[in-house]
Order: sequence, then C-alpha cells, then structure tokens
Amino acid sequence: MNVPADRKYTRSHEWAKQEGDLIVVGISDFAQESLGDVVFVEVPEAGREVEAGEAVAVIESVKTASDVYAPVSGKVVEANEALADEPELVNGDPYGAGWLFKIEPSDPAEFEALLGAEDYLKVIEEES
Amino acid sequence: MKRDFPVLFERSRAGRRGTLPPAPPEVDLASLLGGDNLREAPPRLPEVDELTVVRHYTNLSRRQVGVDTNFYPLGSCTMKYNPRVNEAASALFAELHPYQDPDTAQGALQIMYELQGYLAEITGMDAVTLQPAAGAHGELTGMLLIRAYHESRGEGEQRRVVLVPDSAHGSNPATASMAGYEVQEVPSGPDGEVDLDALRAALGPQVAAIMLTNPNTLGLFERKILELIDAAHDQGVQLYYDGANLNAIMGWARPGDMGFDVIHLNLHKTFSTPHGGGGPGSGPVGAKAHLAPFLPLPLVKREDGRYLLDYDRPQSIGRMRSFYGNFGVMVRAYVYIRMLGAEGLKKASAMAVLNANYLRKKLAEVGYRIPYDRLCKHEFIAQPPGGLKALDVAKALLDYGYHPPTIYFPLIVKEAMMIEPTETESQETLDEYVSAMAEIARRGLEDPEWIAHTPYHTPVRRLDEVAANRKPVLRWRPEGED
Repeated sequence: MNVPADRKYTRSHEWAKQEGDLIVVGISDFAQESLGDVVFVEVPEAGREVEAGEAVAVIESVKTASDVYAPVSGKVVEANEALADEPELVNGDPYGAGWLFKIEPSDPAEFEALLGAEDYLKVIEEES
Repeated sequence: MKRDFPVLFERSRAGRRGTLPPAPPEVDLASLLGGDNLREAPPRLPEVDELTVVRHYTNLSRRQVGVDTNFYPLGSCTMKYNPRVNEAASALFAELHPYQDPDTAQGALQIMYELQGYLAEITGMDAVTLQPAAGAHGELTGMLLIRAYHESRGEGEQRRVVLVPDSAHGSNPATASMAGYEVQEVPSGPDGEVDLDALRAALGPQVAAIMLTNPNTLGLFERKILELIDAAHDQGVQLYYDGANLNAIMGWARPGDMGFDVIHLNLHKTFSTPHGGGGPGSGPVGAKAHLAPFLPLPLVKREDGRYLLDYDRPQSIGRMRSFYGNFGVMVRAYVYIRMLGAEGLKKASAMAVLNANYLRKKLAEVGYRIPYDRLCKHEFIAQPPGGLKALDVAKALLDYGYHPPTIYFPLIVKEAMMIEPTETESQETLDEYVSAMAEIARRGLEDPEWIAHTPYHTPVRRLDEVAANRKPVLRWRPEGED
C-alpha cells in the first residue's frame, strides 16, 4: 500500500501536505482503492471556513458516496476544478493530480497532531 | 450506441397497427377542448402490430431475473413472492375510476378502511394513511408529520437536527434533508447496534427526530431500543421507524409498543405486493395519536355503516399524492393479510428469520465470513472469503441462476453482501444456493481471471458502471437526433 512519508494522514483516510503556507488535502491510496471507480467529486467552494473534522467534500464511486473531512481548520482557498471533468484522477493519482482542496490553516498545531505515515499504516492494517 | 435488443420504437414501421378502432364521431375538437390544447402533430408512438408487441415484451421478460424465475435474496428489499390470488383480487377493481362517487365505491373504500386498521394493529400505531406511493415517499410524509408537530408546539425553529445511525438506509438522511433538516450521523458500536452513549451525547433541544430501523441493516435487533427511545422522548425528540425490515418482527413485536411515534411500511416488501420492475410501490405511514391530526388528507372513515373520504382535517399537511395512493397495491396487501391472518403473518416472520439464520450458518461453513455472527433477524451480512470481491461474487451468481444479494451496503462493513432469503424459500433452494456460493468461492480463489470476468452466460456481460454513472443515457432518441 502506497503511503508516502512526505505528508500527514487522518483516521478517516485523508492526507494533508504542507505546501508553503497552505495545506493540500486529498484521499489516500487505500481510500481510493476501497471506494472503487470514482464517478463524481463535489469539492468545497473557495472562501469557505471549515472546522477540522467537518464534512467538506463528497466522493461518489460506483459502490458508494463518502464524505471527506477537513483534516485541519481554516479557510478553503482553492479546490481542484479538474475533478469535475476527470474524477478518475482520484483513482489514478490520489497523491498528486487527484488532490481535492487547499486550506489556509488557522491553527498550525492541528497539522502537527495528524498521523505520520507509520501510524497511518497501522490504521490501514486494523481496517484490512 | 449498438444494442442487441431494439427498443419498441425501432421496431416501428409507418402505417402498421394492432387494432382498428371505430372512427370517432365528427366533432369540432377545437371548440370542445380549446384550440390551444390540440396537438399540431400526432404523438410519436411506435407503429407496431399486436404480435410484435407481445414478442417484444415476452422476450424482454425472459432476459430478466425475478422472484418468479429465480431465488432473489436482495438484502433489505424483502423480495417476497406475490401470491397469484393477489392478482386475481386486484383485477376485480380494474374498472374503478378515482372520480367515481364514493357511494358507488363502497367496497373499495371498505378495503382501504380495513387495511388502515390492520396496518395500525400490526405496527401498534393509532392512525394510518395509505397515500404515499413508495417507501421514500412514506419517509418524507412521516418526517413532514414530525415537522408539523414540532411547529404546532412552537419548536419548529429550534429543532433543526435529525439523527441517523451510520448503518441507516441512504434514503433516511436524504429524506431528512428533503424535509429541511440538518442530518447528524450516530456511530454504531462494536456489536453492530447504535452506540447508546454517542446517541445520548447527540440528543438535545435542537434535535427533531431519530430515524431508525429495527432490526437494523445488519439484520440485528437493537436490544437497547427501549432505553434509547426513553432517552430521546425525555428530550422531546420524535422516533421515526423505517419499516424496511418489518418482515423480521411482524406479529412478534410492534414498533408502536417500543415507543416509535411514526412509521412507514413498504407494502411491496413486507406485504408481498410486486416489487421493483414488477409494479408500483406503496408506503403507508402510521402515526401515534399526537401526530395523527397532521396525516395527509383524505383518510377513509366509517360513519353510520358507510365509508367516506374525510377531508375535514384542518391540521393536515395536505395531499402527498393525487387521488388516494396506489389502490391496486392496497388490494393485494389486503388480500395477503386476510389470507395469512394474524397467526400466518407471525409464522411468515418466523420462517423469514429461520431461513436467514440457516443461510448464515451454512455460508459460514463454506468459508464466508460473518462479521456480526450472532442470531440475526430476517437478513445478515456476509463477506467473501480470501480477499474475493463482493462485486465479483455477485456477478458470478448471475451465471448460476441467482439474483445477487445487495452488495457494499451497509457502508460500515467492507465487501458487504447483505442476504435476505425471505420466508417463501424451501430448504432445497437454500441448500442449492449455498452450494453455488461455495463453488463460486472455490473457483474464484483458484482462478481469479475466471471470477473477474463473470458473468459469461447472461444477455449482457459486465456493464460499464463508470460510464453508466458519468454519462447516463436516460431516454431513447432516434438515430441522429440529440
């Protein structure tokens, strides 16, 4: 299972990566694999204030529809508009072109408290 | 798009026809109906002869899998057999017209009146409307009753949240949203039941209702239901019962006695009327006395030995559907209840539970995992062995002559297969099904390529589910027309 060490993770299978002042958010390889072929992604609007743990995006696959939760609190500054036409990016490149949205965090400590790659691997093991 | 089976329009040939109706009398339609209401061109209908129509639909039906042809253990859907006596009885009412004077339709109204009463008795409710056209429509009706109730007490603004367990049917949160509420999910505990502590923590003066089904979608009876409902009622919260799983407890336990305030039923599940492509549904709603004034109008009532449609209900939420609901479905459910009687209904539930538990044990013996392995009600969840995918097992089942179970639901179980045999299946049928499931698991593990490409013997092979979701073709259009 692909779990890059250059970012943090949540128990609900989002990844969060520091990019300058912003946090980029997507879902993990394990999450996209569990969901199956993604057919629709609803991303949050730029400017929306979100709380850590709040459902902010929806990913619909052939199996199910799942909420995506904000890993950290802050303001959404950008969403991945390419997903409207190419939702399959979430399957094909979950850690790259399949990113969902970027947050300007309001509390840097929240990011630090997220899971590291090793701890996240343990979460996956528990669930498999 | 190339199809291997044309639509009826593609069989059309100009001038071909099945019957020759007598010529209508010469009338000036424009003065009779108003010129604006007349078509400029005749409707585009397929021009086909009778035999072509008969062959078209007969052959289409032979490509189908249904309860009349195959075992159909679709979890949470209660695909039970529709006894033919139901059809005979409903045919008697084929000529009835909804605009008929109620004085000339006393038999029909009597059936509705008595059915309202039977359903109230079976569920422990005080009043029932037969109007909703299907389950989700019944849910919406029920939630609108709850909303009207809170509004009548001046708490409409304050109670904005509906609690729904994470194992709920997807229609529950969707209904709550449609009724204008904010949905909050309540987690299940490790035993598969609602986590009572989490639920208590979520309760408060902002909560309007909790939507539950019992047994839940794992097929498990919520053993703390009385405690749960007491806690909710203490805070003025209303309890909604989704009747999808009533087949498990009919005649044994009543949602009304558990404390539920409102319930919807699916006549097309629990009461044997045709389901899915077989016919329209019907989703009657039962309410306790405090919610009854808000029920849709009209209800059927009896006065001085006559049956009448009661429109004098000033607090009613209004109509939920034109006329009186799907009357033909009500006749079938009425006949089903009368044919079985109180003892028969109770036995039907017992057999449904027995069949589910038999299959649960037998499938475990042949290697399927049972994540909540305890006495289940009318259905249970299984997982395929050794990393096989539920989707692949479902597709393979088609080649073995079975309708697949519900898969990937409830969402809280990975690779879930939700199996509900219903009461009308014999032990032989269940044993044959287990043999097929065993063989699919064995072959699938030996030969991953084989199972990945099933089914091989169906009219169409694996469908492109991604394309079907992203670019659905919702209606036929002639070649070259957008």
